[in-house]
Amino acid sequence: MNPSDHLAALQVVVLFLAAPIIVLLQARRLAWAATTLTSLLTFAIAIALTLGVLNGQDYQYFMGSWPAPFGIELRVDGFSAVLLLAITGASSAALLAGYHSLDQQIEAKRQPLFFAAWILALAGLAGIVISADAFNIFVFMEISSLASYVLVAGGPDKRALPAVFKYLIFGTIGATFYLIGVGLIYMMTGTLNLADMEVRIHDVADQSPVLVAAGFITVGLALKAALFPLHIWLPNSYTFAPHVVTVFLAACATKVSLYVLLRFDFFVFQQNLTGHELQFTFFFMPLAVFAILIASAVALFEKDLKRMLAWSSVAQIGYIVLGASIVSLAGLTASVLHVFNHAIAKGSLFLAVACLAMSFRGLRLNDIAGCAKAMPWTMGALVLAGLSLIGVPGTAGFISKWYLISAVLELGGGIAIFLTAVIVIGSLMAVVYIWRIVEHAYFRPAETEIVAREAPLGILSITWVVALANLYFGINPELPVTLSELAADALMGHIK
Amino acid sequence: MITVFAVFLLSLLVITSIAIVRAQNLFVAVMLMAIFSLLMAANFFILDAADVALTEAAIGAGVTTVIFLGALSLTAENEKKVELSRGLAICVVAATALVLIYATFDKPKLGDPEAPVHQHVAPWYLSETPNLVGIPNVVTAVLGSFRAYDTLGEVFVVFIACIGVLFLLSARNESDQQSRRSSPDSIGLRHHLIPKVVGRLLFPFILLFGLYVQFHGEYGPGGGFQAGAIIATGIILFALLEGEKRALAAVPHSVLMGMVAGGAMMYTLVGVTSMAMGGNFLDYSVFSSDPVFGQQLGIILIEAGVGITVCGALLTIFHAFAARENY
Amino acid sequence: MELLGYYNYWVFAILLMVGFYAVIVRNNLIKKLLGLAIFQSAVFLMYITMDKVEGGTAPIIQEGVADQIYSNPLPQVLILTAIVVGVSTTALGLAIIVRIKEAYGSIEEDDIIAKDRES
Repeated sequence: MNPSDHLAALQVVVLFLAAPIIVLLQARRLAWAATTLTSLLTFAIAIALTLGVLNGQDYQYFMGSWPAPFGIELRVDGFSAVLLLAITGASSAALLAGYHSLDQQIEAKRQPLFFAAWILALAGLAGIVISADAFNIFVFMEISSLASYVLVAGGPDKRALPAVFKYLIFGTIGATFYLIGVGLIYMMTGTLNLADMEVRIHDVADQSPVLVAAGFITVGLALKAALFPLHIWLPNSYTFAPHVVTVFLAACATKVSLYVLLRFDFFVFQQNLTGHELQFTFFFMPLAVFAILIASAVALFEKDLKRMLAWSSVAQIGYIVLGASIVSLAGLTASVLHVFNHAIAKGSLFLAVACLAMSFRGLRLNDIAGCAKAMPWTMGALVLAGLSLIGVPGTAGFISKWYLISAVLELGGGIAIFLTAVIVIGSLMAVVYIWRIVEHAYFRPAETEIVAREAPLGILSITWVVALANLYFGINPELPVTLSELAADALMGHIK
Repeated sequence: MITVFAVFLLSLLVITSIAIVRAQNLFVAVMLMAIFSLLMAANFFILDAADVALTEAAIGAGVTTVIFLGALSLTAENEKKVELSRGLAICVVAATALVLIYATFDKPKLGDPEAPVHQHVAPWYLSETPNLVGIPNVVTAVLGSFRAYDTLGEVFVVFIACIGVLFLLSARNESDQQSRRSSPDSIGLRHHLIPKVVGRLLFPFILLFGLYVQFHGEYGPGGGFQAGAIIATGIILFALLEGEKRALAAVPHSVLMGMVAGGAMMYTLVGVTSMAMGGNFLDYSVFSSDPVFGQQLGIILIEAGVGITVCGALLTIFHAFAARENY
Repeated sequence: MELLGYYNYWVFAILLMVGFYAVIVRNNLIKKLLGLAIFQSAVFLMYITMDKVEGGTAPIIQEGVADQIYSNPLPQVLILTAIVVGVSTTALGLAIIVRIKEAYGSIEEDDIIAKDRES
């Protein structure tokens, strides 16, 4: 057996092998080590797949050796590669950094169960991204969702419980809507394979069930992606989850649902529903604009660090959808690029917050006042990540904002000016809320006697590695840009 | 005749669902939910979905009700009566219902063999299963072989539910340390004569039936999920009659965790073995020189894995809820 | 048959909305979960309605019977999976509700929100 033939399958199989073993381990150190090793292994597989994709290899894998559409097909292309890197990278970084943080927040005897849930969350997310079968995506979506509920509910804060219940309700409704949509399409075409659907939907005489199906799938996935106004489950879930869990989920979880949405829309619906491009734009562009403006505005007034950053995430999802709603090569490139860059930026921001949490009990702005003296390295990483979030030249965030503005300007006319203004205002608001953090940390005197020390080397070093990645990909963005262009080509290529 | 019966069942479904939403006593609501599931199972049976009917009856009506009752005993009995302005909600809901009903007018007629849903993939399954897989139950063939990857995912959904419930309900109870509600030696329903006698009579038959469903899944309705649920409910019946302590003595936690992990592991290893023997993941044809035999072997093995995991997971969930009472 | 087909879909639409209504309007967390279960069951009904072929029978191939029409096996497979997913979600939701009851003393949503606001 040659492992490289089975790389696509191994991305998930490795995780499925690890989870039952980890759940049986009693020692928490061993459980953490096994989980981290498995996560790093999947990261390596993701890198191998990405290199293959960059070399032009088209990964197509048939489960059980049954040809599609009779069996389930796996497909990895540029778009999948970006997400795989984000998912596995975020997971590995969070795990490597999080040993002490998790130890603080989760009881020792429950940790093996927690880590098994982490592995399954990773398996679910990765499984969605490599699958080319609509129902298979549903199954893995539920694996990742159930595992995320467990992860979010893991912390000591009791407010996580109502938050995760709301997350469960919303998530299940979203998944069920998606299932209804898939059922309606299956009813009209008789197949579940995405590529096959694209072909067969041409022959469908009657468009209204397909339209209803598109509606259900869109709403269901928008719920899971926390697209405004269906985002209300996100702020509380991210705020009250264990800190390392927030790092992992904020970097990639909602983007995966956006991935499925874009795939479905561009591969199956766009060319088959007349005028669908316009529908897509008219529907999503306003929502994206609202997301950017309203979510950033709410973040301005937030007093809790994690909640402020969670609202910022809702705004960033708005940016990603804005790029996609332009339905052009440039727009989609910007969109996919921002998926990658936001993962790095938000990941490092939340990692820095996790560092702060090691020394401070509360994470409100007043609690961390004056902490820059005691924790200079942590705050340094936070500032660097914040600059990337804002989009300062030299950082990764700038590259995606630049591409986004170029795509918007291509539209021309009043709409281009309006959208550019929206993006600029959004960035200005980001400046303000990042500045509030900086101001409290550096320029306010400490309210209480600070007994904080700098964060432990483990978590601090990983935080800096991810923060520096922001800088690296800002100066040398070739890798993410190439992948994003491949992705945009693939998506736009289906509109002909 | 069947039409009248089906219409009657469907109408009962709607009435029951409205009753569930309106019932103020949660115990009543849960019991109505069990009736709802049974009606749904009957409906599935009328629509020729035998496997699904069995699963809905075993898992939906059986296990879900037990878990709900377990949770109810730990929470509240009644819903608080609140006067809410429901106008907007009813409008939104009614509007969506109307949109859906509008969409149905273009749907293919029920039962029309020329409908697109019955073309392409389905006839291929029906015609090729005897040649490629060699078992009569096409649903099991699709579940166990053609779409085995989905079933693997499903096993892990059960796995994560088990882990999740265990994780959540093994947390330290922060609320006031009440005296234990029931003594640790609570002995279930031992003093109630009728349940005790009937239960003891039924228990071995339930287990036997569960094993039958497990291994007969290829020839008739059945398979790992249903079998796992049936065997689990048998053991839960035992636990209810004889007390949780004796049930745990018979099948302790370590065995249960071993079952949950072992079943999932077995399934994945079958797939890995097929990779190692030259095929793709979960390609059973490579297991023996006769590919059809290989397929059958593969299906038996993974169904066993599924049954073991589902049984262990459902029992673990039950014990987690039961044990929280004594926490 | 035709009336029955439409009736199936209408029941699906009604059940879907009854479940959805329960989820959004009811305060009690267990009621919400019951509503969610009804919501999911409605979707199962829709899928299985699709699979019926007139004059068909369950897709278990009978030896020696020629020309037998079978109903579609694929939606059944999908719904088998979906039922299991549904019960897993319910179990997890109930475990969360039990923990909420212990932490907040109530499983009514407005009580929980009020308590959070106090603290």
